[in-house]
Amino acid sequence: MSTASPFLTVDGLRLARGATEVLKGVTLSVSKGELVALMGLSGGGKTTVLRTVVGLEGFEAGSVNVDRVALSPGPAPSGATLRALRTRVGMVFQYHGLFEHLTVLDNVTLAPLHVARLAREAAEARALTLLAGLGVDRHARAFPRELSGGEAQRVAIARALAMEPPLLLMDEPTASLDPARRNELGRALVALVKQGGRTLVVATHDEDLVRDFATRVVILADGAVVEEGPPGTVLSNPQHPATRFLLQTKEREPAPDRPPRPHAPRVPRGRAPAP
Amino acid sequence: MAGRTGAAVLRAMVAGLALSAAVARGAGPVPPVLRWGGDAEGGAPFVEADPADPSRLRGFDVEIATLIAEKLGRTPVFVQAAFQSLDQSAARGDFEIGMSGVEDTPQRRAALSVTIPYFEFREVLTVRARDAGRMRGLPDLRGRRVGTLAGTIAWDLLAAAEGKDGIVAVSYDDDVHPYEDLAQGRLDAVLLDHVLAARSVRRVAGLVIQPAAVATGRYVVILSKENAALRDRVDAILLGAMRDGTLKGIFGKWGVWDEEQARFESELLAEGDVRRERPGVSSNGEEGAPAGDTLRAGGGAPGAAAPPSPSSPSKNSLSLVLSYLPSLLKASLVTIVLSCLSMALAVALGIGIASGRVYGNVVARGLLTAYVEVTRGTPVLLQLFVLYYGLSSVVRLPAFVAALLGLGLNYAAYESEIYRGALEAVPKGQLEAARTLGLTEGQVLRLVRGPQAFRLALAPMTNDFVALLKDSSLVSVVTVVELTKQTSIFATNVASWALPGALCAALYLAMSLPLARLARRLEGRWKAGSA
Repeated sequence: MSTASPFLTVDGLRLARGATEVLKGVTLSVSKGELVALMGLSGGGKTTVLRTVVGLEGFEAGSVNVDRVALSPGPAPSGATLRALRTRVGMVFQYHGLFEHLTVLDNVTLAPLHVARLAREAAEARALTLLAGLGVDRHARAFPRELSGGEAQRVAIARALAMEPPLLLMDEPTASLDPARRNELGRALVALVKQGGRTLVVATHDEDLVRDFATRVVILADGAVVEEGPPGTVLSNPQHPATRFLLQTKEREPAPDRPPRPHAPRVPRGRAPAP
Repeated sequence: MAGRTGAAVLRAMVAGLALSAAVARGAGPVPPVLRWGGDAEGGAPFVEADPADPSRLRGFDVEIATLIAEKLGRTPVFVQAAFQSLDQSAARGDFEIGMSGVEDTPQRRAALSVTIPYFEFREVLTVRARDAGRMRGLPDLRGRRVGTLAGTIAWDLLAAAEGKDGIVAVSYDDDVHPYEDLAQGRLDAVLLDHVLAARSVRRVAGLVIQPAAVATGRYVVILSKENAALRDRVDAILLGAMRDGTLKGIFGKWGVWDEEQARFESELLAEGDVRRERPGVSSNGEEGAPAGDTLRAGGGAPGAAAPPSPSSPSKNSLSLVLSYLPSLLKASLVTIVLSCLSMALAVALGIGIASGRVYGNVVARGLLTAYVEVTRGTPVLLQLFVLYYGLSSVVRLPAFVAALLGLGLNYAAYESEIYRGALEAVPKGQLEAARTLGLTEGQVLRLVRGPQAFRLALAPMTNDFVALLKDSSLVSVVTVVELTKQTSIFATNVASWALPGALCAALYLAMSLPLARLARRLEGRWKAGSA
């Protein structure tokens, strides 16, 4: 755990969808320069925590604080609070959400041009640097539908980084990557933290990514944090039954390029299930 | 000519209602029937549903038809036909004799068998009482709007006066609304048969009829070319009814007998050989028709300029096309300009409505949904009537503006549904990604959601535009002469739909095909990803 002052604090966060309580008091603190991995079974609330922090969801109780911007219970933030939040947090979605009618370059420059009001040359230079850093600059003139899942994922990361948010949230960034690409991405994330001075919270199922690159891992189960600590400790010597179950259950979340259909059969991935 | 209330939407209700009335007469051994055609839709005093018993017909044409049937030893059976297509119905054999204030014209003589005239009418100008002193004839009406019923001698007179006297001719599908528009100031004069004018002046306050007739014309009974033999028998019956005063009795009962009519009948009877009243038309009815002899200029007013000569075997169709092409092209221009402006209005409003339904609060959503459902759920024809005639006491819209608003407001409802569907089809993930990048809702709509929705909407929009192009033909009910109306006038003049119909279709295709092509190219470009 980092000793620096927390950049993000989530305290007693409760959120319900209809009658179902999705988050039952999540408490979490992330310091500047950390790369925190958020792990847990599907439906455990990882994505919901990220969506709440980035201001897409309101919540019933608790508090969220991002670099002195405080979110309080009620509907999703708006107005000045939302504008202040947007300068502090960016997010990369699992299903990347690239703008289908724009080229890769235009996807990345859209917000710098229209939100940050950069000149076009400056915005394009920044975009090309980011795309090059992620190895997708040769696709700058391509449209999203012409990209593979992994390429689209990296373009989405470049798009989020183009607004230079101090805190970047990522939902399953390695879901559509092969192991080689996953390591490449992991190193890029570490560079973002080490050289770029950014703070990262990554929701993931990818144990290898967490082990190799995260500074800390937080285990969410049934809407609450059940265990956290350095990846080496938590993953090698899990204390909570939910963590042990998570690590044994190698049945992963489906990670296709497209959102899963409801009732689609779950496809086991990775190592064979433990007997 | 038959009058129409203009309530074309009610047309179906009136159609054929008198069939039972006519059939009900025959109780004993049933004599053969005589099918006679006319337009009962607001057709007083010619043919109309009896207000006291709408299952019965009344009018002087009804009584004359009954008289003819009796003399022939047959039972009259009424066949409802639209006034504008009475000639075609007669030629097709929908009925044996047609009468509904049908005018004697060279075109009719060329295409049909026509009886001797049984009534002479005067084309008279009706003006507002306060203008009576200064608007006495067509030459006094330079630059002013003069209305009449389309497809009549009066229309031909006005069309000719457009060039000669600089008036603006306005066509109507009925003979009621011109007088109402005159009273309200949309028109400065109405040119129509004195029978109709007299009736309308009694009904609408503040109008006067100028005493000098612009021209005179006659009503005849029409039959198909093949029915020349029956025509001769009807001629004889009509002459007999003139001699024995039966016709005088019928016209007197309907208040249309006057000295002029008495003079006309005595002249007709004195001539002895009734064929002289139809110079160039022999009893076998095979010859071409001379123009202009049936119209006599009256009261020092300009005579009827002959309308383009009717079709006849010797007339070559190329020169016929050439003579009508300028007016058809002009009408096409009205169609395309009206369609483009209406579509622009529909798109702009449609975007507004769709945005309101996707982004608005409960009240806005409810109101907009109600607008869409009411507009989609009622005929555009009804909406045009309400806009032009219904609201005329509140706001007096010019005809073109009413047409533009009617079509635009109606299509806006359809467009808005397309846009709403298209907006909702843009994946939510993209919208959320845009929001987390800091774009405002307005920017999300303008930069992300709108452009993609527009691409999805393009194909159905093209479809709607082509539909609108054709629906624009409906605006003739509010006196805008567009391509279909002009074609119908053309077809009435030449007594055939074949050539005018083909020309009209070609012009519509010339407008719609390039549009479809443009839309396909746009779609293709976006698919190829080079937008």
